[in-house]
Amino acid sequence: MSRLLIVARNTFREAVRDRVLYNLVFFAFLMIASAVIVGQISMDIETVVMVSLGLSAISLIGLLIAVFMGVGLVSKEIDKRTLHAVLAKPLRRWEFLLGKFAGLVVTLAVNTVAMAAGLFAALWLVKHSIARGDAVVLVAVYFILLKLMLVVALAMLFSCFTSPLLAILFTGGLYLAGMFVSELRSLQLTNLTPQMQKFFAVISYVLPNFGNYDVMGAAAHGRSIAAMLIVHNTLYTILYCAIVLGAAAVIFSRKDLK
Amino acid sequence: MEVEAGEVFGLLGPNGAGKSTTIKLLMGIIFPTSGSAQMLGKPVSDVAMHRDIGYLPEQPYFYDYLTAVEVLDYFARFHGYGAAERGERVQKMLQKVGLETAGKIQLRKYSKGMLQRVGLAQAILHDPKLVILDEPMSGLDPVGRREVRDIILELKSTGKTILFSTHILPDAEMLCDRVGVIAGGKLRGVGAPGAIVGVKATGMEILFELTEGMELPGKIRAAATKSGAGYRMSVGESELYLALEGLRAAGARITSVTQVKPTLEDFFMELVGKDRAQAAAVEVSAQ
Repeated sequence: MSRLLIVARNTFREAVRDRVLYNLVFFAFLMIASAVIVGQISMDIETVVMVSLGLSAISLIGLLIAVFMGVGLVSKEIDKRTLHAVLAKPLRRWEFLLGKFAGLVVTLAVNTVAMAAGLFAALWLVKHSIARGDAVVLVAVYFILLKLMLVVALAMLFSCFTSPLLAILFTGGLYLAGMFVSELRSLQLTNLTPQMQKFFAVISYVLPNFGNYDVMGAAAHGRSIAAMLIVHNTLYTILYCAIVLGAAAVIFSRKDLK
Repeated sequence: MEVEAGEVFGLLGPNGAGKSTTIKLLMGIIFPTSGSAQMLGKPVSDVAMHRDIGYLPEQPYFYDYLTAVEVLDYFARFHGYGAAERGERVQKMLQKVGLETAGKIQLRKYSKGMLQRVGLAQAILHDPKLVILDEPMSGLDPVGRREVRDIILELKSTGKTILFSTHILPDAEMLCDRVGVIAGGKLRGVGAPGAIVGVKATGMEILFELTEGMELPGKIRAAATKSGAGYRMSVGESELYLALEGLRAAGARITSVTQVKPTLEDFFMELVGKDRAQAAAVEVSAQ
């Protein structure tokens, strides 16, 4: 466990020293600032516009970091051969993999919290108060973080057996497909054969359901979010990440490094 | 192939012979399609054993956003040292590899030779029983090579076992108790550098000088070649006294008589030559 934390700590340090990360965070703050301006010119619905734009910025920037850095976590170490000296230490490959995952998740958490703080600062600037109802925005931010965890796990899995470019495409593709899982489940596929209907039903449960994390509308309009959804999304993320990272660890543990 | 405890073992072979592949298999970086290997009495798949092993990868590369102090501290953490001991060990290692003044510079600014030194430092930081070095002299200037040779000898004097790969034969002859020669992915010979090539002399070499105006007999003149201010000639052991008589009669001043033995390099070149000839034959038959 402690070895895993050593890797996680170094991954976090790498991300902090990576200037690309700062640029992305700066971009996010810029988007939040623009939300303030757009909010001010939107009569009576400034909170709705600001929260929607702010959460979108947090989600988009988080996704970019999760996909690109998630894919690079392992593949960069293999390409640059920094892994050779690390694996010569008393460290198992799965510990390295999970350490990398934990390090990036902490990085994403710090960034998401920083950007959320920016969003709340912007809300306070416009409304001169933070109401209790705004807590729902925090839930939305939490869901974004859960979603990012799952994206990182998928990016790491793909990077264990394919090229970085393909891993980015696969992760991005799966994310987009995962946004429409609910639609896939509710589709009336009566014109298809029973086998195909079964196939689509299975696919709709195997695909990661990213739609479940999207509560931006509720957050923007100050509608409450059911506690069960918070529990469900948390457990779903833990279970899905465990399966994906388990598969990644099995593949990575048997991989010949160059 | 076996490496005895406490010896310096050199893995020799031309580029592409399989030296680094062998080492990577031992370190669990790649996996064997068949066969097995053990280190310190345990199968190589046992990662816990890495506590007692130090490894310098070929052309090592480390996190370039870290300084040498940070990267060594990072590696030291895996061995469970406390902060004070880590700091002490890191400083000691930096001093040992001659980087004490560059410890706080990010590795992105390091030269190849400096990275090699960091690699060596991380390999021996935890005082391992077995040190595996993949081309440790690569990228180093003559001073650096000398320092690495000294470190290897120092490790040997403290009872460590050292396995290193190289294609620089004088280094192997100078440092190794035993060598293993790999060519074409196969182990071609294992033994002491002298024993592996055979100790039998292949001839005698005579160095001599002539004073102005002296003439050499025709037979000797044909065998001798000019070498600096004097001459050099090679003869068979049975012809030595005859040649010396001839030189003495001609008034030559004999400066040196030495036995000629095959070097590791001769053995190595012979093997590589055979391999290339074999490869060429395979290529021709394939066509």
